[in-house]
Amino acid sequence: MMSLEKDKEEKKKNQRLRRRDILLSLSTLPFLGGFFVAWLKKRKYDESKKQAILKELGISPKAPAILPEGTLKRSNQVIRLGIIGVGSRGEHLLRCAGFVHPDWLENRKRAAKLNPLDKSLEIFLSQEDANCLLTAVCDVYEPRAERALMASKYVLRQGKIVEEKGAKRYRFYQDLLRSPDVDAVIIATPDHLHAPMALEAVAAGKHIYLEKCMTRTADEAVKLYDAVKASRIVFQLGHQQRQQESHVRAREIIKRGLLGRITLVETTTNRNSPEGAWQYEIPEEAGPHNIDWDQFLGPAPRRPFDVYRFFRWRCWFDYGTGLSGDLLSHEYDAVNQILELGIPKYAVASGGIYFFDDGRDVPDVFHAVFEYPDREMTLIYSATLASDRYRGRIFMGHDAWMEVGETLTVTADPESTRYKELYLAKLVEPAVPLFSFRPGAKGIDTVTSASERYFATRGLLYSYKEGKKVDISHLHVLEWLDCIRQDREPSCNIDRGFEEAITCHMATEAYLRGRRVEWDPLNRRII
Amino acid sequence: MIRSKAIASWQWAALILLRVIIGWHFLYEGIAKLFNPYWSSAPYLVEAKWFLSNIFTMIVTNPQWLKVVDILNISGQIAIGLGLMIGFLTTPACIAGLILLALYYLANPPLVGFKSSMPVEGSYLIVNKNLVEFASLLVLSLFPTGRVAGLDRLVFGPLKSQVSKEG
Repeated sequence: MMSLEKDKEEKKKNQRLRRRDILLSLSTLPFLGGFFVAWLKKRKYDESKKQAILKELGISPKAPAILPEGTLKRSNQVIRLGIIGVGSRGEHLLRCAGFVHPDWLENRKRAAKLNPLDKSLEIFLSQEDANCLLTAVCDVYEPRAERALMASKYVLRQGKIVEEKGAKRYRFYQDLLRSPDVDAVIIATPDHLHAPMALEAVAAGKHIYLEKCMTRTADEAVKLYDAVKASRIVFQLGHQQRQQESHVRAREIIKRGLLGRITLVETTTNRNSPEGAWQYEIPEEAGPHNIDWDQFLGPAPRRPFDVYRFFRWRCWFDYGTGLSGDLLSHEYDAVNQILELGIPKYAVASGGIYFFDDGRDVPDVFHAVFEYPDREMTLIYSATLASDRYRGRIFMGHDAWMEVGETLTVTADPESTRYKELYLAKLVEPAVPLFSFRPGAKGIDTVTSASERYFATRGLLYSYKEGKKVDISHLHVLEWLDCIRQDREPSCNIDRGFEEAITCHMATEAYLRGRRVEWDPLNRRII
Repeated sequence: MIRSKAIASWQWAALILLRVIIGWHFLYEGIAKLFNPYWSSAPYLVEAKWFLSNIFTMIVTNPQWLKVVDILNISGQIAIGLGLMIGFLTTPACIAGLILLALYYLANPPLVGFKSSMPVEGSYLIVNKNLVEFASLLVLSLFPTGRVAGLDRLVFGPLKSQVSKEG
């Protein structure tokens, strides 16, 4: 009896213990339940907030970016290219068309070894085949012409470097332009040579890829505009950021009126290195024996040989327009691409040579203000070559402001009419952007120099296509080549070029004349 | 073996609470990354400062490795978080958590002269939150709390000392 009772008690105790084990085993599960409840609540809140904002904005977060049509199709027609001016930009443009100097490949290989984040070689090798031949090369500095000749023999085809016959060297650009072996020409010379060369190229019926600034003066811009308009050539100006995905997005955003009425756009240049201020290295071997000085001068005032003027031509008004043509031109074109501004009515400008007093006559601190009374807005450009403080490119509307570079953010204005409800519902706050767009793939890579960093932040170096990083200059060259094949207008055609040139020259003229200038659209001149 | 007599129930309870809280943190870190299409370990790895920086940089430059590291990190955080919260495989979860935390700490330790550009919300000198969490997990790894309150108790049985206490 006793033992039975004892057994029973033992059993009960065991059961109690078993229950206790189970209870204790599962005792922390409610925390997990709590976790998922909290997480789902947060997700629901974030999602409804996002949906409400996107609905208000009318944006699909995953909508594919619209890339210019030209980059989507490729035809078999081989285009025979010529190039005039093969400095560092010219050589870059050659690579964009697939022609590479073996030294560059070696340098990049070494750089990638030293810094595994340096992806320039990888980006180059993954470029599309531009299907071109480089048949003609012209440069007034011997070593550069030699480099270009070498590059013409090594062509990137489907990710591999193949050897080609190579180009012929021309001493005079006029001969290159007359050559029947050239269908299209890249002009990457100093600005003062742009107009004469481009005018001759039009006359010879060659398609043109012309570096910015389109011309050095307003008169030249008018002449070139008329010539290109009267011809059938395909003209592309070198504002590669036309291919930048964030800029295409920015255009959509403006078209949807998400910023409200825009009254002010502020765009800037900040650099702080000798190279950024155009104090490029002077090669030791350079001299009158290997530089054709007369050809370099072209239409510029005659003067004795000056190696500084040759390599650092951007520092003098004789050959360029300083910040105006070099960097304002990019900034203006970016804004023009997004807002379709056209030529301003008025411009004022000021600045001075405050830091790089190296004999230059162009300002190193420069500001220009452009008025668009018809659009009821002002465009401000402010630049210094002696401070690296990043200031961005900002579109200011009544309802929101937008900052555009390689990335894009839209922030609602706390006093906005349109987003009042969203503010009241606490769906938006000034500290958090309404919308942000970060193009491209996961991961990180690096830019190597100070000026490269500048170009990257302004959206002037790279963009992403199907998650792959691409050099936008490559896309810009491809677009031009495709337009030639399909007889279409490229994105930075002569109309956009004319607007760019006149706007920049208005700033230059305002600075040089020390007063406000006006564009006379009837007589097409700056008054 | 740990003697329960040396550890009172409320002491166990405090340890278990610590385990659940660290588990919660790991789990949410993992899940938040899983649902963020932009997340990648690349920015963290590329910032790596100390003696592991070469290895981390190598990982970043290889897209395949980076993907593997990202997947391992996310799944690791979720698994560790779940394990700690429900007390399943508690000790292995603690050890795995210690390894991850050690890597996070070594990548960007707040040592004198090291300046990380990763945003931090507090001020740290040598000791940062990763190190505190590491030390906490180290304590937890020495106490089989899962066999006191957690699925480990069901799977591997309660601690002997606990049984004897009941007896």
